[in-house]
Amino acid sequence: MSEDLGFFIALMLNGLSIGLMYSLIALGFVLVYKSTDAINFAQGEFVMMAALIGAVVVAFNTSPILGAILAVLVVLAVMIGFGFGLERVVLRPLLGRPIVAVIMATIGLAAVLRGLTPIIFGGETRALPLPIPDDPVVIGPATLPPIQVLGAAVAIVLFAGFSWFFKKSRMGVAMRAVADNQQVAQAMGINVERYFALAWAMAGIVSALGGIVWGSMLGVDVQIAVVGLKVFPVVILGGLDSIGGAVVGGLIIGVVESLAAGYLDPYVGGGTKDFAPYLLMILVLMFRPYGIFGKRQIERV
Amino acid sequence: MFHREAGVFKTTYAADMALYPLPIAKWTIAVLALIFIVILPLTLHDYYLSILNLIFIAVVGALGLNILVGYTGQISLGHGAFMSVGAYAAANLAVKLDLPFWLTLPAGGLMAAAIGALVGVPSLRIKGLYLAIATLAGQLIIEWTINHVPAISGGAQASIEVPRPDLFGFVLNTQGRLYYFLLFFAVLAIVATLNLMRSRIGRAFIAVRDQDIAAEIIGIDIFRYKLLSFAISSFYAGVCGVLYTYYFGIANYEQFQLGVSIDFLAMIIIGGLGSVLGSVFGAIFVTLLPIVIRTLMEQVGSFFFTDSELASVVSGTRLAVFGGLIIFFLVIEPEGLNRLWRNVRSYFRVWPFSY
Repeated sequence: MSEDLGFFIALMLNGLSIGLMYSLIALGFVLVYKSTDAINFAQGEFVMMAALIGAVVVAFNTSPILGAILAVLVVLAVMIGFGFGLERVVLRPLLGRPIVAVIMATIGLAAVLRGLTPIIFGGETRALPLPIPDDPVVIGPATLPPIQVLGAAVAIVLFAGFSWFFKKSRMGVAMRAVADNQQVAQAMGINVERYFALAWAMAGIVSALGGIVWGSMLGVDVQIAVVGLKVFPVVILGGLDSIGGAVVGGLIIGVVESLAAGYLDPYVGGGTKDFAPYLLMILVLMFRPYGIFGKRQIERV
Repeated sequence: MFHREAGVFKTTYAADMALYPLPIAKWTIAVLALIFIVILPLTLHDYYLSILNLIFIAVVGALGLNILVGYTGQISLGHGAFMSVGAYAAANLAVKLDLPFWLTLPAGGLMAAAIGALVGVPSLRIKGLYLAIATLAGQLIIEWTINHVPAISGGAQASIEVPRPDLFGFVLNTQGRLYYFLLFFAVLAIVATLNLMRSRIGRAFIAVRDQDIAAEIIGIDIFRYKLLSFAISSFYAGVCGVLYTYYFGIANYEQFQLGVSIDFLAMIIIGGLGSVLGSVFGAIFVTLLPIVIRTLMEQVGSFFFTDSELASVVSGTRLAVFGGLIIFFLVIEPEGLNRLWRNVRSYFRVWPFSY
């Protein structure tokens, strides 16, 4: 195998695994949008919060395996509770208000979380060690950090789980009905508000797991919330209301980023990684405004 | 306040749309003018003048954003970047071509208007969330471009120092002199916005906001007006950026990052969407907020935190209070400070005979 091809494959594999980790976070965004039409600009801050709590819990325990299990459980509990509470206090009063209001409310929420975190947890970067081997995983010409492999695995499991949930389970079907038409769903006897709360709790679950994986990879501090900005190209590319779209969008963004960093960075002096996804996103918006798998909305006067 | 409307009968639409709704309004304006032109600059310390100056600059930017978000119903998370476009355009012209401020200021505004209209192009096909994210992309791409193209950013530090503006040899180098300079532009922006909203264009904006498909059906070219709104709004933002540049004496992209876009959105939400007075209230409120919090925390915070922690606590508190206020106003009082002001006014309108 030639050197160039090896480099290309290594970049691709790296991009695919990072991409799956992006789609993990994007999933939280899609779940909320799909069922409640609300937009969560604080997704990155959710992830930050989960990672921080995880880091604190892990630091308390001496046994790494027990600590990690406990951390996952605590973070899940806190984030689910947070999701419920948030829906109740902030988002329910905003039902039926212009979309700008919901966007700004979640931006405000992001500011609150970002402001309070350094006061409560302090500004230093924490480690979030997970009980996994340190040796890089070698796949052909590529070497991947084990945490990326774990993140990709978690993402795949969650996607399978949520796909099953929406297709087969009674609650998932009810949730799809709510997403499709709130009034009709209500007429069919579905408790719409309960499913709204459930959607936010599910976003909490996804953020909890995403936060632990990302926190373990990057180290935990306020900066980790920047991952949230990466979610937007992913969901726009895939379509906002499609779980499969989040996966495909994540994979595309991951690969584009990885290739841009590998091939373009030497020429322009770095930073294309943060820039290329947005450029791609603008192009997609121009030609396919509702993404690859998004549902086209029909508007009536 | 008292019985201002007694004896005022409007018989034409023109009278109803007038800038001075009541004769007494002229006196209010005269008193305000006296306070702002004579009394404040003569009595206030330089420190307070500098705060007023920052407010004046913020008023220009907030009005611009309100035209787009409050009146036309589009959303932009890219206004910080539009400001930086104006700032760098003006700074480059001022330094490289040695142009005076009365040329660089409109030039910066026009440059920002062009870029803003470009970022606004997707608004024809997408709206709401998708538009928010598209403008967010605009913000990040403009930031990156300015930071990575030395021809724009003037080298490694990505900042350009500009000379102080001078007016016929009269250099505006003190807070007191800058005060009049900035006051002029703030007032100009307020009057221009009031007049814009009374015109055909302003009414078209409002129609687009209320229901863009219906607006199109009654013959408003929505693409044209959406782009026009983006352009006008970005023009204000560009001018605001140029004013910041002249005020600080330096154009630096770090002054115009995503956080600034959000600050300005917060201004118009806290002040009141779709209201000129609300933009002014919001600009005052958001400019004063960090100053008040810093002062308070320096007084009280030393009991709880060490000096080294205090800096991060202050910025954290500022951010948190800020976000909390945005949520508070959205949930409790969506029409913002402007509505609170109107409530006070309408209470006193019939006071003391409320029934």
